[in-house]
Amino acid sequence: MDMISEDKLERMTPMEKVRMILDGVKKGKILVLEKGLTPKEEAKLIEMTMTEITPDDFAGIEIESYPTKSNQKLLDKLFRKPVIRTRLTVIGPANQLKTLRKDKDFISAIVSSR
Amino acid sequence: MGLINKVKLNFSSMIKKIFNKRKARIGIYGPPNAGKTTLANRIIRDWTGDAMGAVSSVPHETRRARRREGVTIESNGSKVSLDIVDTPGLATKVDFHEFMSHGLEEDEAKRRAKEATEGIIEAVKWLDDLDGVILVMDSTEDPFTQVNVTVIGNMEARKLPLLIAANKIDLPESSPARIRSAFPQHTLIPISALDGHNIDSLYEEIAQHFG
Repeated sequence: MDMISEDKLERMTPMEKVRMILDGVKKGKILVLEKGLTPKEEAKLIEMTMTEITPDDFAGIEIESYPTKSNQKLLDKLFRKPVIRTRLTVIGPANQLKTLRKDKDFISAIVSSR
Repeated sequence: MGLINKVKLNFSSMIKKIFNKRKARIGIYGPPNAGKTTLANRIIRDWTGDAMGAVSSVPHETRRARRREGVTIESNGSKVSLDIVDTPGLATKVDFHEFMSHGLEEDEAKRRAKEATEGIIEAVKWLDDLDGVILVMDSTEDPFTQVNVTVIGNMEARKLPLLIAANKIDLPESSPARIRSAFPQHTLIPISALDGHNIDSLYEEIAQHFG
């Protein structure tokens, strides 16, 4: 299991994050991201994952994250781009990480070895 | 974005509202087997008399986005002309063994899996070209899936309108309330795309939200 700090994630470009995640997951690692991915990065990760799926080898990923939060103040909504607050995220191979239960503040998952 | 551009955008949307020029490109999103194509078929049938695509209990039946232009929906005095894009079900994994468990031969299951991955890529790419989304959720299932969280996050980040269609309320185990409590910040309409229950409420919200 690799735990990636918020500071490290902030120094990386979206593509670097996606590449790091996919390389790690394809080696069978479970990655814990202290501050998760933005929605656009999540969409990019899904897209890239699909290009790497191969029968009998890699079936995809399982992601566990809490819903993002955005600024709620009226003035912010009117005059600023929404500030998206990403939250802790766990990513692993689809055949090793399985969600048991999830709600907005709680994630229960089971991790198995290959 | 500069202040002048913001003023221009607001002015442009005001002009559109004043002159009632309402046209939007709307994507129907959701996980596989949530009922996206069933809903797309119902909308197209109700407002044009036509149909969108085939439905199946085997996941990933829709593996190419289908687009239908100029569907006019009128409800409670509001009228909106939509281009409707029925997208393949979004997922973070595609395992051909799942298709085999539905009775498909291995070769066919692998081909379907390959097409499903391509369809998911297409669905993700469509997110950049839409004016709004109807997110179809299966109200018998846990709403906190990554697909739902990702689609909602992307719409919020883009400040685009989103409606949640809590589908399959014809099934006894459905619970639209569970979805409502999961995503209270968004308008939710419980529907059955299959038998049309409460579909008029969805049309009312579509006309208001996307007009």
